[in-house]
Amino acid sequence: MASTFQRTLRFYEATIGKKALIAVTGAILVLYVVGHMIGNLQIYLGREALNAYAHKLHDLGPLLWLVRGFLLLAVVVHIVASIQLWLMNRAARPSRYVRQSWVKATFASRTMIVTGPILAAFIVYHVLHLTVGRFHPGFNHELDVYHNVVAGFRNVPTSVAYIVAMALLGYHVSHGAWSMFQSAGLHHPRYMPIVQKAAVALAIALFVGNISIPISILAGFIR
Amino acid sequence: MRIVLHIWRQKNGRSSGKMVRYELPDINSHMSFLEMLDVLNERLIEKGEDPVAFDHDCREGICGMCGFVINGTAHGPVRGTTVCQLHMRHFQDGEELYLEPWRAKAFPVIKDLMVDRGAFDRIIAAGGYVSVSTGSAPDGNAIPIPKDNAELSMDAAACIACGACVAACPNASAALFTAAKISHLALLPQGEPERHQRSLRMVAQANTEGFGACSNVGECEAVCPKKITLENIARMFRDYIGASWTRRPAGASRG
Amino acid sequence: MRHNPRIPSGAVETMWDRCRFEMKLVNPANKRKYSVIVVGSGLAGGAGAATMGELGYNVKCFCYQDSARRAHSIAAQGGINAAKNYQNDGDSVWRLFYDTVKGGDFRAREANVYRLAQLSLNIIDQCVAQGVPFAREYGGMLANRSFGGAQVSRTFYARGQTGQQLLLGAYQALMRQVDAGRVKMFPRAEMLDLIVIDGKARGIVTRDMVSGRIESHLADAVVLGTGGYGNVFYLSTNAKGCNATAIWRAYKRGADFANPCFTQIHPTCIPVSGEYQSKLTLMSESLRNDGRIWVPVAKGDKRPASQIPEQERDYFLERRYPSFGNLAPRDVSSRAAKMVCDEGRGVGHTGLGVYLDFADAFQRLGRATMDERYGNLFEMYEQITGEDPHSVPMRIFPASHYTMGGLWVDYRLMSTIPGLFVIGEANFSDHGANRLGASALMQGLADGYFIIPYTLGDYLASNKFEKVSTDHPACKEAEDNVNGITRRLLGVNGRHTVDHFHRELGKIMWEYCGMARNAAGLQKALARIPELRDEFWRDVRVLGENEELNQSLEKAGRVADFLELGELLCLDALERDESCGGHFREEHQTADGEAIRNDERFCHVTAWEHRGPGVKPVQHREPLEFHYVLPSVRSYK
Repeated sequence: MASTFQRTLRFYEATIGKKALIAVTGAILVLYVVGHMIGNLQIYLGREALNAYAHKLHDLGPLLWLVRGFLLLAVVVHIVASIQLWLMNRAARPSRYVRQSWVKATFASRTMIVTGPILAAFIVYHVLHLTVGRFHPGFNHELDVYHNVVAGFRNVPTSVAYIVAMALLGYHVSHGAWSMFQSAGLHHPRYMPIVQKAAVALAIALFVGNISIPISILAGFIR
Repeated sequence: MRIVLHIWRQKNGRSSGKMVRYELPDINSHMSFLEMLDVLNERLIEKGEDPVAFDHDCREGICGMCGFVINGTAHGPVRGTTVCQLHMRHFQDGEELYLEPWRAKAFPVIKDLMVDRGAFDRIIAAGGYVSVSTGSAPDGNAIPIPKDNAELSMDAAACIACGACVAACPNASAALFTAAKISHLALLPQGEPERHQRSLRMVAQANTEGFGACSNVGECEAVCPKKITLENIARMFRDYIGASWTRRPAGASRG
Repeated sequence: MRHNPRIPSGAVETMWDRCRFEMKLVNPANKRKYSVIVVGSGLAGGAGAATMGELGYNVKCFCYQDSARRAHSIAAQGGINAAKNYQNDGDSVWRLFYDTVKGGDFRAREANVYRLAQLSLNIIDQCVAQGVPFAREYGGMLANRSFGGAQVSRTFYARGQTGQQLLLGAYQALMRQVDAGRVKMFPRAEMLDLIVIDGKARGIVTRDMVSGRIESHLADAVVLGTGGYGNVFYLSTNAKGCNATAIWRAYKRGADFANPCFTQIHPTCIPVSGEYQSKLTLMSESLRNDGRIWVPVAKGDKRPASQIPEQERDYFLERRYPSFGNLAPRDVSSRAAKMVCDEGRGVGHTGLGVYLDFADAFQRLGRATMDERYGNLFEMYEQITGEDPHSVPMRIFPASHYTMGGLWVDYRLMSTIPGLFVIGEANFSDHGANRLGASALMQGLADGYFIIPYTLGDYLASNKFEKVSTDHPACKEAEDNVNGITRRLLGVNGRHTVDHFHRELGKIMWEYCGMARNAAGLQKALARIPELRDEFWRDVRVLGENEELNQSLEKAGRVADFLELGELLCLDALERDESCGGHFREEHQTADGEAIRNDERFCHVTAWEHRGPGVKPVQHREPLEFHYVLPSVRSYK
């Protein structure tokens, strides 16, 4: 056991170990985000459907907390490892170029360390807003999720913040969702271009799917 | 053609540097970039000014000695080309060019556009070889090697250790360089026995030297004069991750 | 006897075995008590340093580049010969031996050449084991190509980067020894003098090219693997930094210089485009396998190549040498190109170029196969000239490429200074008056991996070495000598840059001592070079100081040496009153321009002994005997 523990620690200490963990936790979070979106899109099926889904999740009881704990752990590892690497990477280039231009690096790939923390802050706000009920004047604690979502997004600044956050999520995922394969050592010239296109497609799908909800609410399609 | 240069001038590793402007009114477009700098230097010497120091040797794009950043891009605007093979015909009359040395903690500036790339040698010394002493080799044809593997290995082995990958990486990571050597040897049966050990040691050495981590940005691949691909970095990750979890401690042959 | 070649007795095929058996061995436990200095980290120096490290000696290895991996061996493109006979096309050690002696126009020692051919087999095995990714057939076996001067397919290659891959193999072996603590590398260090104590080479004086520090390093033996002196022509295919300073300063300490006039002009280089040209780029000779060389039949025909019909083209190599055609040896092909250009039939805006045309090969083999073979060379050509060889023929012209001459060494690669060994291109030994393609890599690696580790061991085991320290007066004297040269160079503060003088020297050398030479021209050069040297020491401008990174100062020291070496080269060329190999004296040619050798008077190695500044060097002769490959007229018709 001790040796496996040491091995794990040593693995984490190495940059490639951290990257692998960022990749694995990133994959977990991407899967979660996809699941979360599919669940929430049930809002289009009406109040009953969405609230039933929420009740089903709540009825899981301890298992729900286990999943929440697991996700929290993934988020923490993802963030801590990323920040450690970022500090290291900054130290590796103490003086900047007077002129800097990029040949291939995408905006998304260069801004992971910017979009990441903003998303983290957004997640905290998002949980407080729609799960805990803070900053949400009309929050119904009786698990009327449909009402909470609709009432919450009727507030224009809230919706705008949400849409911006989803744009950042799209950027983050457009790089992260293929990058995690590369970091895990999975790269084949035949499949990698497909994976990269799929990552962009996924990012767009997440963005469109998620922002459709506040837009529909503001436009009055959902009331 | 007229060229305006802004060149990073730094007397030595201890002093700080700055960009200095030079103007060359009469450059021939058939010149190579380094020949253009030769002209500048001859004129500086004739004026009694210190010529610009830059590394170069073969001027055929193979020794890997030359390299600096032109307008923010390592080795300049033409893909798959070192600065010594870059010709002035690729620039516009009157263009302003900013020349800077590779910038990385692990590549300290020696003078002007010259940096110390000794870290690369130390990464190779940490396992970038096959441990076969002279005299102990079997016949060259004893082990057949699939042509495709030999070609893939050669793709990676083409690395000239110029350092452009480090210079271009936003993290000053040496992942592409390290991965090229790991891949070159991992793709050949001769490199197989030390494959795990090699990836662990070389990666650790790259960390010790102060290079950053790879974040799959791909800028290294884009500027590499030998067009070495990100696939090699993935292979290094794979080998490293595999080695980390499966390697047995020394002397534990029975598991 | 100053130039005893120490050739073992017996039949040529047993000589190396006998020599190895007769040589003394160093007890394994004692090897770490010996120290060896290796200057240069190319195929010869790098391989030698690595192998001696493996054996257990304490090795210090020096190179002027920032890493051992950048030595100019890296630029060799085409391949490396070995008598493996994998193609079953009639090759053998004997045939490689025969081809090399004949290719060298009977001016090399048979014993050395035979050993080289023997060791060629081991080299390929060693390199494969190191992980050199040689080209393979689909079945996984090693591929071969044919090369100039041979009628069998014996050249092993790694795309167009064979030299790079072989050097990386040696470099990796070297770094393994660095890791093991048996070799210490000194990059960015230039050897500026040799330290001789009690008649033995015991160390070198170096300049740290970053800090300028002058330092003595001592050892029990010194090995020079510092390459050739082709940059004496200014424009050559050598790297800009390639220089003769190490061997020249050793020459001044008593190591005789052999056959300096044997220089090789490579037929397939990209032509000069203007006065600013800083170096010439080689296009691998392997291109001649599939390319056809031609010029227009008519003088001054300035039509583009595509508009010149077939019957108005002169495929001059195929015409003059029907059996070897475009694969005629380098010296023969170069001179043929010069001849057609002298007739006014050269192509390109300077008129100094011939076409190397792949149109037939593209049709026969298809673009894919051709790109697989030569893709990187086509790309390189396009980068430099802006022309695409897929659509227009390449233009090529000969350029200074390799120097067969070098410091004189015996069969055991030791110079006339005991304890000073010289390997690779830096010595004069194996190629005679002309080197065959793909043989330089072979010789460098044979010397480094398989010869020097034995012969140097024998020298160490057979001699006693007093302990010496850097306080020794000989070190002090050598350091003072180096400091004196530096002070003089920095003190002139004249009007012209170092490059100016180097270019001038190059023009003289190329004009009078290039592809074709004659007595009148050589005498002119011998008058002009000392004048230029005087001008240099009166009027050169080297700025800055010694105690810093100073590229002008580095160049100045090297050019000062070239200005002396150039004179010896011309003197040797004048004295060798015959045409052989790369040395073509216009006085000695047949009516159709073929070289006429003079075996009665010149079947010898000329070794020049330095007798002090301003004194004419003394000429020694080591007679050459041929028992196996009898001298004949070298015909490639």
